[in-house]
Amino acid sequence: MSLFDYFSRKKNNTASIAKERLQVIVAHERRQNKQPDYLAALQKDIMEVIKKYVDIDIDNIEVQLDNHGNFSVLELNVTLPDKLPAAKAGNSR
Amino acid sequence: MAKIIVVTSGKGGVGKTTTSSAISTGLALRGHKTAVIDFDIGLRNLDLIMNCERRVVYDFVNVINGDATLKQALIKDKRCENLFILPASQTRDKDALTKEGVEKVLNELKEMDFEYIICDSPAGIEHGAFMALYFADEAVVVANPEVSSVRDSDRILGILQSKSRKAEQGENVVEHLLITRYDPARVARGEMLGVADVEEILATKLLGVIPECQSVLKASNQGVPVIHDNESKAGKAYADAVARLTGEQVEHRFLTPEHKSLFQRLFRRSA
Repeated sequence: MSLFDYFSRKKNNTASIAKERLQVIVAHERRQNKQPDYLAALQKDIMEVIKKYVDIDIDNIEVQLDNHGNFSVLELNVTLPDKLPAAKAGNSR
Repeated sequence: MAKIIVVTSGKGGVGKTTTSSAISTGLALRGHKTAVIDFDIGLRNLDLIMNCERRVVYDFVNVINGDATLKQALIKDKRCENLFILPASQTRDKDALTKEGVEKVLNELKEMDFEYIICDSPAGIEHGAFMALYFADEAVVVANPEVSSVRDSDRILGILQSKSRKAEQGENVVEHLLITRYDPARVARGEMLGVADVEEILATKLLGVIPECQSVLKASNQGVPVIHDNESKAGKAYADAVARLTGEQVEHRFLTPEHKSLFQRLFRRSA
């Protein structure tokens, strides 16, 4: 390690950035992979129903299943378009 | 009873074939009758790393299809008494490996009194990689201290836990983490993920750390598994890893940078 490296090393800790990024993405992907297969189909059906009433995009709906010991929470997050002033985001459990 | 060990990683180019050749050779050198199977159908390379590319007559797919017997296809290693290589086929037919066919070959190897069967997985999470890991009792997950490799390793660990035969039977595949191309000096400078970081993210027991070492390329150039180079760091680190795989307690080595003189520190030549 040269003298220059010694003084600049604090600023250049890219390994800790890598670690943080990995922890976030790995946790996210593990959660996704643990979800049952029917979740994608469920998401599609729910979207069809909502689409009957409001014009939404598939990217604006998020379905998530969290396991908390002996019970699971199915979370639906639908972002409605801005055109509707009354409801920006609905969150139903 | 034969133990089936898959060497896998998800990402390509991290050292699966190098590791498969080193581990299988290491086990054979310790007196265990070992077979190593190349599952990379279409892109076989284990034969080249183990210097038997000109002795390949029949391959894995020939045996599955009944065009050759297993005994005809197995290549006896020239350096190691107890080591046999089953090369991959060069066919482009990706579905040449069937679950039934692979199982038949593995069962036949067990009947031939092999103690260890090492399955060298192709990269990716497609059919070939799935076939390599499906029957595994244990898995060596090879990772480089680098973001894409670690992420892919996590995917493979997830697949081992959910899609392998052991998982289907409600059991666990024993997982081992092998970190390769490790550069302790860069870790010390905060430029590379450290062993503890990778271990923590993947939550898998560490089998070994293979330092970045010139001996690995030298070994592959000559077709001599690097574990034979017992002067080199990589060779020593692989030997330690094999010992741990057989249940021995061996201290990890080469985790800290080599000591450099003050002169070297101040006037390091730029690469």
